[in-house]
Amino acid sequence: MRRALRWLMAVCVVVATSTAAFAADLRPIVQSLGSGGYSGTEKALEQLSEAGDPAAVPVIEALQAGDLQVRKSDNAVVIARKAGDAFALTDPLSGADLGQAAAADLTRIRINNSLRRAISATLGALTLMSPDAGVRRSAADAVFKSRDANALATLETAIAKEQDKGVRAAMEQARAAVLLTGAAAATMPDADVQAAVDTLAARGDRDALVLLNMVAASGASEATKKSAASAIATVEQKLALWGALQNLWYGLSLGSVLLLAAIGLAVTFGVMGVINMAHGEMVMIGAYTTFLVQEFFRAHAPGLFDLSILVALPAAFIVSGGVGIIIERSVIRWLYGRPLETLLATWGLSLALQQAVRSIFGPTNREVGAPSWMSGAFELGGLTITYGRLWIVVFAFAVFAALLAALKRTWFGLSIRAVTQNRPMANAMGIRTARVDALTFGLGSGIAGLAGVALSQIDNVSPNLGQGYILDSFMVVVFGGVGNLWGTLVGALTLGTMNKFLEPYAGAVLGKILVLVFIILFIQRRPRGLFALKGRAVEA
Amino acid sequence: MRTTKLTSSLGIGALAGLAMGALATLATPAQAADDTIKVGILHSLSGTMAISETTLKDVMLMLIDEQNKKGGLLGKKLEPVVVDPASNWPLFAEKARELISKDKVSAVFGCWTSVSRKSVLPVFEELNNILFYPVQYEGEESSRNVFYTGAAPNQQAVPAVDYLMQKEKVQRWVLAGTDYVYPRTTNKILEAYLKSKGVKAEDIMINYTPFGHSDWQSIVADIKKFGSAGKKTAVVSTINGDANVPFYKELGNQGVKAEDIPVVAFSVGEEELAGIDTKPLLGHLAAWNYFQSVETPANAEFIKEWKAYTKNDKRVTNDPMEAHYIGFNMWVKAVEAAGTTEPDKVIDAMVGVSVPNLTGGYSAMLPNHHITKPVLIGEVQENGQFDVVSKTPGLVPGDEWSDYLPDSKDLIADWRKPMSCGNFNVKTGKCGGKGS
Repeated sequence: MRRALRWLMAVCVVVATSTAAFAADLRPIVQSLGSGGYSGTEKALEQLSEAGDPAAVPVIEALQAGDLQVRKSDNAVVIARKAGDAFALTDPLSGADLGQAAAADLTRIRINNSLRRAISATLGALTLMSPDAGVRRSAADAVFKSRDANALATLETAIAKEQDKGVRAAMEQARAAVLLTGAAAATMPDADVQAAVDTLAARGDRDALVLLNMVAASGASEATKKSAASAIATVEQKLALWGALQNLWYGLSLGSVLLLAAIGLAVTFGVMGVINMAHGEMVMIGAYTTFLVQEFFRAHAPGLFDLSILVALPAAFIVSGGVGIIIERSVIRWLYGRPLETLLATWGLSLALQQAVRSIFGPTNREVGAPSWMSGAFELGGLTITYGRLWIVVFAFAVFAALLAALKRTWFGLSIRAVTQNRPMANAMGIRTARVDALTFGLGSGIAGLAGVALSQIDNVSPNLGQGYILDSFMVVVFGGVGNLWGTLVGALTLGTMNKFLEPYAGAVLGKILVLVFIILFIQRRPRGLFALKGRAVEA
Repeated sequence: MRTTKLTSSLGIGALAGLAMGALATLATPAQAADDTIKVGILHSLSGTMAISETTLKDVMLMLIDEQNKKGGLLGKKLEPVVVDPASNWPLFAEKARELISKDKVSAVFGCWTSVSRKSVLPVFEELNNILFYPVQYEGEESSRNVFYTGAAPNQQAVPAVDYLMQKEKVQRWVLAGTDYVYPRTTNKILEAYLKSKGVKAEDIMINYTPFGHSDWQSIVADIKKFGSAGKKTAVVSTINGDANVPFYKELGNQGVKAEDIPVVAFSVGEEELAGIDTKPLLGHLAAWNYFQSVETPANAEFIKEWKAYTKNDKRVTNDPMEAHYIGFNMWVKAVEAAGTTEPDKVIDAMVGVSVPNLTGGYSAMLPNHHITKPVLIGEVQENGQFDVVSKTPGLVPGDEWSDYLPDSKDLIADWRKPMSCGNFNVKTGKCGGKGS
């Protein structure tokens, strides 16, 4: 009873102070945001949070965006937004127009990480009553993260009024977090702690786990501690399951990158038997084509930037494919049947191409932007899936299917298969084998160019881009079985998944070594890879 | 058929000839007379390291050009000799030998990676010449023939960790690095340092990745997991070169914000950020001795000259460039003091030389051949620049032998006579000890 009374009193005090502060005028606090450096700003922000007046929200949002500036002439804190060459000034609280000022007459109020944290906490506490459900939701999440005791009173009112079930759950979780970490936590009645534990157990993620562990180690009653412990066990089990699924997704995603990089090589090396060390450079050329296409969009149609990647796909295919055909006609066709010389010549070519790109575009990385539909991530249950990776997985499978269809269902594919299976016979049947060779090499290179478009989204666009993938590509093709596209698919996915399952235990370096050792042992057992070609085609 | 074959091989031959010719023009000294002083520039212009080192070659050419406009040195013109070691470590040694023996340069400015420095070190000691090394490195070395103008670990890594500990109240640490000597040694020093500050072993996670690692999904997820244990967590990154772009992209994609888990990097500067969209990286940190955003008259002048020299308004400046700026001016001053370019005399004249740096102070050459520098911590801004959030009040002297490693804590270096030793053991009182 006494405990409950004390608890009630604590709540009263919090409510009383916050209502009293409501009356305080915000203007002097806003004014003090602009003085005293980081710590001065932080102190003023704290006062704004204590005042709890939603009128301060636009000011804090301006501070977050870097629009809050100090006018040098009279040290007034103003919101300054770029208008042409100068800045348009408005009063932070009333929004009244204060004319214009040049950049030199203003000093931006700088913010650092701890201020950024304080800003999102304060904004969370102040926007709990917002009419927009989405804003309320993120406000509740912000309070959950900040555990700001100032927000408790508003939180209680907000929960009482909340109609949306999801938002209310988030607010209740936030309240549980504030209560469990607040100053009154030690004296909280058991029933309240138990309620908080149940709320958190329902949330069931890593942040909830931290709080539950706190309860389990605290001075709460045995029964509560026990229920906290069982909640922890359930949450941990759930997280372990999601963790395994997440690993599987990472494996799939790495596998699809390997597939993209290797599938072009599966054509030039697998089908044609050309050891093409310049394959990585075809990927690199594809990535640079993407860069050029994006530059064009930036300069001429910035509004359509999101479509630049779609335009880059055919462009990269044509450019890389074209370079491939030139290489085949000028170098490789003289070297058929001489693998060692092909290897050396294409390796030299890869160095030459790298240096050429370095001379044209410079040695530094080029920025390839991500279109909006490829940035960010979404949560699927306990999985975090980034949009960029998701599209790459989809794209890799689409390219694979398209290539398979082209080889199996078109006249061109038929010619390729005919030439690789029995060249003299194909020749005798009237197929121009030399032309088919050139086009096949072009096809493999063009696909490498497509891979370059995808890789430009996740890797550096630099002259060295291709080098990182050439080894992996050969590994995939050899492991999967030379000459078999399905082998490349299975090989890429197997190696990707294996890598990702080894990484958490063995580390990235050892994981890679283990995969390599596995492949060497595997090739000892099955020299022709996973899916060996059988029959006469092998000898041809 | 035969003729086409011939022409094509001729074509290839011609190509190869062209390439050789290009290399040769790079390497051949201009018809030199005695009225010039030659300065060697040993930076990779091709291969993996070209991305970082090409800029340093350009800044050296600019500095030499300016010195010549001011009337040269000792009444003679300076003549740059540029060679390309092509990111190939043994080739570094070969090219260094060529510069010293064939081109007779008076000093060499060069190298980026520690392995390239280790590769040329015996050449400089054998032929007794001078190397200025402009990049932050792991320490544990001091050679009579090398002047280290980049940061030692106590001028970058340790102050950065201090900042996070004091200002951000970080209690849990991820030390992530590329798997080679610089990150491994730096992390060893940091681990010992953190433990000396009372951080428990279970609050430190160490992770190494291969060069050019591009799939960061599971490592970033691991970092997130490690960071959700209820204690404030930070990542100390010694990830090098190309691997940084995919790492930061993944951080942005998985929503690791600087407010929650800040990443402080020792190898990421303005140049590296030029290839990334920095909006998701707002607030992540870097520790250097120089940032382009530092507002001093000297820096404004330097940036203006650099943009004019490269005729590119978008070129950025970075920390190793400042190191060359300091190193070159120190060498000029020492040569003027010695009145000759004779390496032995210049080496002796170097210690104690003090020149202005670009951050508003003076840097001095210490007896251990390292220099004094301020340490700056910057936060990434949306425009790809850093906003300086902390600066050491005074200059930090470079400490070559770390005090936090058992093998080197008793060692000091002092190249003044009569000690003249790079690894003097203060316990045994003898020159020569572990570590070198």
